[in-house]
Order: sequence, then structure tokens, then C-alpha cells
Amino acid sequence: MDAFTPLLASGLEGLFPRGILPYLVGGLLVGLGATIIYLSTGIIAGASTFLESTLSYVSGVERFNRYKYVQSRDWRVVFTLGIIAGAALWGFVLAPDPSAWTTDVQWWRLLGGGVLVGIGTRLGKGCTSGHGVCGVGSLSETSLVNVATFMAFAIGTAQLVAALGVSP
Amino acid sequence: MSERESALFLPAIFVGGLVFGLGLAISGMARPEVVLDFLQFEDFGLLFVMGGAAVVTGLAFFLATTFLDRAPLTATEYTRRVKEFDRNVVVGGVIFGVGWGLSGICPGAAYASVGIGNFPILWAIAGMFIGAYAQGYVRSRLANTVN
Repeated sequence: MDAFTPLLASGLEGLFPRGILPYLVGGLLVGLGATIIYLSTGIIAGASTFLESTLSYVSGVERFNRYKYVQSRDWRVVFTLGIIAGAALWGFVLAPDPSAWTTDVQWWRLLGGGVLVGIGTRLGKGCTSGHGVCGVGSLSETSLVNVATFMAFAIGTAQLVAALGVSP
Repeated sequence: MSERESALFLPAIFVGGLVFGLGLAISGMARPEVVLDFLQFEDFGLLFVMGGAAVVTGLAFFLATTFLDRAPLTATEYTRRVKEFDRNVVVGGVIFGVGWGLSGICPGAAYASVGIGNFPILWAIAGMFIGAYAQGYVRSRLANTVN
């Protein structure tokens, strides 16, 4: 048995170089946050609807001014402010880490990827929180198909970009 | 949702968002490098983030729809998140996937990134608004041409 311990440890280290705990604790808290909102209000909150509902404040485009966006836009702003505040609590108070205050990923990847994320999440009816967490938690087939699709294409794209020598 | 909104409604949304954002920051999802490491098979931790979160919400959905009736602050009936399937679910998933793989950032994580002070992520958020606006503009135009 002892002979296997280092093997197992190095295997895990290879798969999880940052360890498992921050991921697990973080994931449980993401689920807990969604659960607090769900149990108190019945709302299943996703993060990407905020993009469209917020546009209704400044745009007359019909799609953004549908009733379900206009009547939810205020609390969606509060939800987003909560996400920012919670992350700030960690990043500035509980575990300040100046290396996390920026990213080396190039601006054109962020901007170009962001445009596609904006189109894709709204066309596909959800993102990593709506489909990935809440939809999968609901065992919704629509969400499972969406998640399998975006996972496959995200992995393919990231590997391709890395193979082309773009880093990071 | 009830027209008569409870005074605790927005505070509950804020607290939920706070815990949600705290989780995104602790898990490293607010950093595109960590997400890209997953997509490049260098660190599989993201599976625990999505999996852990989905198990918690799944449990909440199951318990609430089975044993509870209506949410206290809104009198909304508890449901699951089940959206209708159509072609857009796949097309949108492809486009989102390419964007996520290119940038390493998704909407919730982007908001959390701003919270941890990762300001270059504002590029990604600007992009998301541009993309959301573009699809909404085109789809509204198309809907009007058809009618």
C-alpha cells in the first residue's frame, strides 16, 4: 500500500496542481449562493441574462424590452453587484493576492471571446451558471446538451489557440 | 413573482450574489488563466466547481419541489430550470464554447473578476455587452421582417 501512496499523490498532483480544496469549497459556495436566492425567492438565477436585461435601460431594441427582462432588470443588477462584492471580500479582505489583480491573457482574446460569449449565451439560453450549474442541477436535457456542446468547443478552441503558440 | 415585493427581496438577492461571488473568487474561476488551464487539460479543478455547485443546487431543487410549496419572499412556486430545446441551444452553445475557449471567461466569473480587482477583464465584459446587443438587435430585426 505504501508503495502506491507516492504514485497516487503524484497522479493527483498532476491532475490538480493547485489542489482540490479551493475548487470544491468555491463550487459549494457558488451552489449555496444560488440556493439562497432560490429558496427565498423561487428565482433560478443565471448570470448572462443580466447582459440583456441591463441593455433595456439604454436601448429601445424590442428584445431587451420584453416584460421578463424589464421586470427583472433591477434585481439582476443587485445580483451582479453581490457577485462583485463577494469576490472583492475574498480578493481584498480575506485573501489579498496582488497577482490576481490582473491577467496576462491578451486583451484581444478577452474582447473577441467576450463578444462570442455575449452572442452564444443569449442565443443558447444560458451560460455556465444557468445551464452549467442550475440546468445540470435540474437534470434538464436542454442544459446537458448545451453544456456538452460548449465544453467540447471550448476545449477544442483553447487547445487550438495554445497549439498556434498564443500564450497566454 | 409577486407584485407586492417583500422588503427582504433585494437583500436576499444581494446576499445570494455575495456568496456566489465569494465562491467564484475562492475557486479561481475569476481568473481566466485557471479556466484555460482546465480547457488545456493542465488542471481539472473546474470539474469540482461546476460539479459541487450543481450538486448543491440540484439538492435544493429536489427538496424544494418535493417538500415545499412557495418561496417565502415572492410566493413564487418552486420549479426546476427546464428550458425548451431548439436549434439555438446547440448553435449558441457552439458560439459560447469558442468564446469561452478563446478568453477563458464566462459572465458570472467576469463579474467576480472585477470584484477581485482584475480590471483587464473589463475588455471581456465590454465584449459580452457588444455580443448580447448584436444578437438582440439582429433577432429583433428578423422577427419584424417575418411578421
